[in-house]
Amino acid sequence: MPSVASKQYPDDVSLLVLLLDTNPFFWSTTSITFSQFLSHVLAFLNAVLGLNQLNQVVVIATGYSSCEYIYDSSLTSNHGSFERDRTGMPPLFASLLNKLEDFVTKDEELSREEGNEDRTPSCLLSGSLSMALCYIQRVFRSGHLHPQPRILCLQGSPDGPEQYVAVMNSIFSAQRLMVPIDSCYIGVQNSAFLQQASYITGGVHHTPKQLDGLFQYLTTIFATDLHSRGFVQLPKPIGVDFRASCFCHKKTIDMGYICSVCLSIFCEHHKKCSTCGSVFGQSKLDESSSVSDKKKKASQT
Amino acid sequence: MAGGQVEKRVKYKSSVKDPGTSGFLRIKEAMLLFVPDDPKSDSKLKVQTQNIKSQKYTKEGSQKPAWLNLTNKQGRSHIFEFGNYPDMHACRDFITKALAKCEEEPNKPAVPASTEQLSIRELELRFKLLKENSELQRLHKQFVESKVLTEDEFWATRKKLLGKDSIRKSKQQLGLKSMMVSGIKPSTDGRTNRVTFNLTPEIIFQIFAEKPAVRQAFISYVPSKMTEKDFWTKYFRAEYLYSTKNTAVAAAEAAEDEELAVFLKPDEILARETRQKIRRVDPTLDMEADEGDDYTHLMDHGIQRDGTRDVVEPQNEQFKRSLLQDLNRHAAVVLEGRSIDVDSEDTRIVAEALTRVKQVSKADGETGKDANQERLERMSRVAGMEDLQAPQNFPLAPLSIKDPRDYFESQQGNVLNAPRGTKGLKRNVHEAFGLLKESIVEIRARGLSDPLIKPEVSFEVFSSLTRTISTAKNIIGKNPRESFLDRLPKSTKDEVLHHWTSIQELLRHFWSSYPITTTYLHTKVGKLKDAMSNTYSKLEAMKESVQSDLRHQISLLVRPMQQALDAAFQHYEADLQRRTAKSSGGERPNGYV
Repeated sequence: MPSVASKQYPDDVSLLVLLLDTNPFFWSTTSITFSQFLSHVLAFLNAVLGLNQLNQVVVIATGYSSCEYIYDSSLTSNHGSFERDRTGMPPLFASLLNKLEDFVTKDEELSREEGNEDRTPSCLLSGSLSMALCYIQRVFRSGHLHPQPRILCLQGSPDGPEQYVAVMNSIFSAQRLMVPIDSCYIGVQNSAFLQQASYITGGVHHTPKQLDGLFQYLTTIFATDLHSRGFVQLPKPIGVDFRASCFCHKKTIDMGYICSVCLSIFCEHHKKCSTCGSVFGQSKLDESSSVSDKKKKASQT
Repeated sequence: MAGGQVEKRVKYKSSVKDPGTSGFLRIKEAMLLFVPDDPKSDSKLKVQTQNIKSQKYTKEGSQKPAWLNLTNKQGRSHIFEFGNYPDMHACRDFITKALAKCEEEPNKPAVPASTEQLSIRELELRFKLLKENSELQRLHKQFVESKVLTEDEFWATRKKLLGKDSIRKSKQQLGLKSMMVSGIKPSTDGRTNRVTFNLTPEIIFQIFAEKPAVRQAFISYVPSKMTEKDFWTKYFRAEYLYSTKNTAVAAAEAAEDEELAVFLKPDEILARETRQKIRRVDPTLDMEADEGDDYTHLMDHGIQRDGTRDVVEPQNEQFKRSLLQDLNRHAAVVLEGRSIDVDSEDTRIVAEALTRVKQVSKADGETGKDANQERLERMSRVAGMEDLQAPQNFPLAPLSIKDPRDYFESQQGNVLNAPRGTKGLKRNVHEAFGLLKESIVEIRARGLSDPLIKPEVSFEVFSSLTRTISTAKNIIGKNPRESFLDRLPKSTKDEVLHHWTSIQELLRHFWSSYPITTTYLHTKVGKLKDAMSNTYSKLEAMKESVQSDLRHQISLLVRPMQQALDAAFQHYEADLQRRTAKSSGGERPNGYV
């Protein structure tokens, strides 16, 4: 089996897998509407396709309860009709919007069934990342030549700490596949997931400040293919939020307890690991503090 | 209390004409110590100050190098050549003071404190460590010479270094060469039939160790029956016969000469040892199991020795040794190593020592006659029925992830029970999805917004991106992997690093002095605190002195150091307050610490 490198096009042909955040709870709180956002993104996708004839774009919708492929530029069905409708919408995106609408309807039904209103209003990043990696894996395994893949997360929803392990696992698989995960975070908070994803996989992370100039950000930063990145100065984050989520309450924590057997993370001291059942002794930290407490008491009396 | 000391690089000369040995001169009140750089050099020197009668020195203006000449009471003189005059004067003044002190208290023992009773060996070790580790040397210079810490305090935290070094110093036993004795080829001159073997003490040791019969023969024959030379000639004649593989000739010679036969016959002592070992082998071991591994019968297989195939002929078996036997025996001896500590040229001593060692180990091997009994017992123990044995309880717990979903998905139970702060976000699912769908319908109806982006916005985006990139470059550096330290000028970098190490040293001593139980500790903490506030102001000065573009980063680096120091100061103040409060509370007389 030829190595990955030899199977790639010599130049800068890219496969862009775009993870589109369609979390309704996020989009009902933003300054720009989803339609404005979409027009920026669609124009960007068009630009990427125009950069190289062989470029390929896949769009995965990241919903609240589900994910789905909503566009694949390599499928011939997209190129069916070349006549523009009266709105001037390029025909390839008509099918994208159709599928997106269907997806949102389905996602709504699923969310109703789930009915869990306690969940953080996050999108299913772990699911769409896994789908993107599966797609890329298929591309790697088929055909003689394949484009250089990269993933772009376009997300505004806050991180879902309950997805921590799944997201991290996807990130590590992407790292293994040497697929960079670029991330463009358009929300108000900071996304530790996306920062870590881009840091670990060697992608670019950026948080645009002006959302009405999103198209400019996208074309300037995220349109550069992997080959050209060696020659371009891209914005680098100054720090990375490396915090983890605990397994017990799914809280994002700075400091915690780690099971020495299975490496599960906990925010408080447990007698027993809830993952692997190992029984813990009393932690040194507690012991010493209680001893010093006792000491204090003793010295006070 | 060590009353201070002076330590300088000097060259020591035992006489004026001596070219001199370079090393360290360390002068304490009680004695004067010279340690040469070369540890093998034997010009180490230790002079009690009280033994010094007078000192002379070269004048500064003269062309001569800076010499200090000490004469002791026996009239011997020691000359030290210094690198420069100030060094020499420092030493000279010190000695003068020490001498004066000695004269003042002639009756007092010259060794005032236990600190002085260090062995020279330990001092040497300290010197060596200081010499090898420039960072340590700097710390030592900074703190010991400025009397913030005493010599002993300084080294007390580094016992590990001292200990490790002394272990390393212990003599390592020399092993044996792994080359086989039979590898010693006889050399022939080609013209005559004479064959020459070269014999060294090491080879003799190896022969004795590998062939107990030869050793035995040596002890019984030499020198009563023959000379040592005759003995070895005979031995090598046997070896030669053996190497020719002419077993018939060997048999014939052995029949004629009974001493020669000893060398040619299988080693009886070895055989006995082997039998003993076999007896100790686990009785349940199935020796036949690996018989199939033997494939010497295959073509092109077999062991080459001296270029010929080692084929075992059936006849004259007793004059044959197989290569494997030799190899095994040799390997055993090499692994055993040099078991005797006799380093003698005398072959007989070596042979006797070896015999003694063997006898001891043999005695160890068969303690008592019930060896056979023990063997039987062991057999019955090993041959226990598996199903009758109690289950073995190992003190370990296997990793059991009962439900992998616990690991990869959420542990829902906890999540549901945990109170969440998102209650306020109770959303209307229907409304939210409705908005989203409306947006999609809207874009389908109206198409992409036109113009997509306003030129002003674009411009703003570009300028903000440029700003972000350039500031990031300033902060992270051109190469994100490059540490900020590497961008500092070398002197500043060194200074920062040195401050770190010295602060660590001070803090280690500071915290280890608590709780303060003695006056000694109290004064020590006071000294440490002064030194720390000194360092603190140095840090401030450094922060001020760097260029403005580096200042921010430097202050980031310095902040944790200052925080650590602040914590120590706080503790010091709090402790002091507590003490004064206590003492003024009347429990103790005022002013008592």
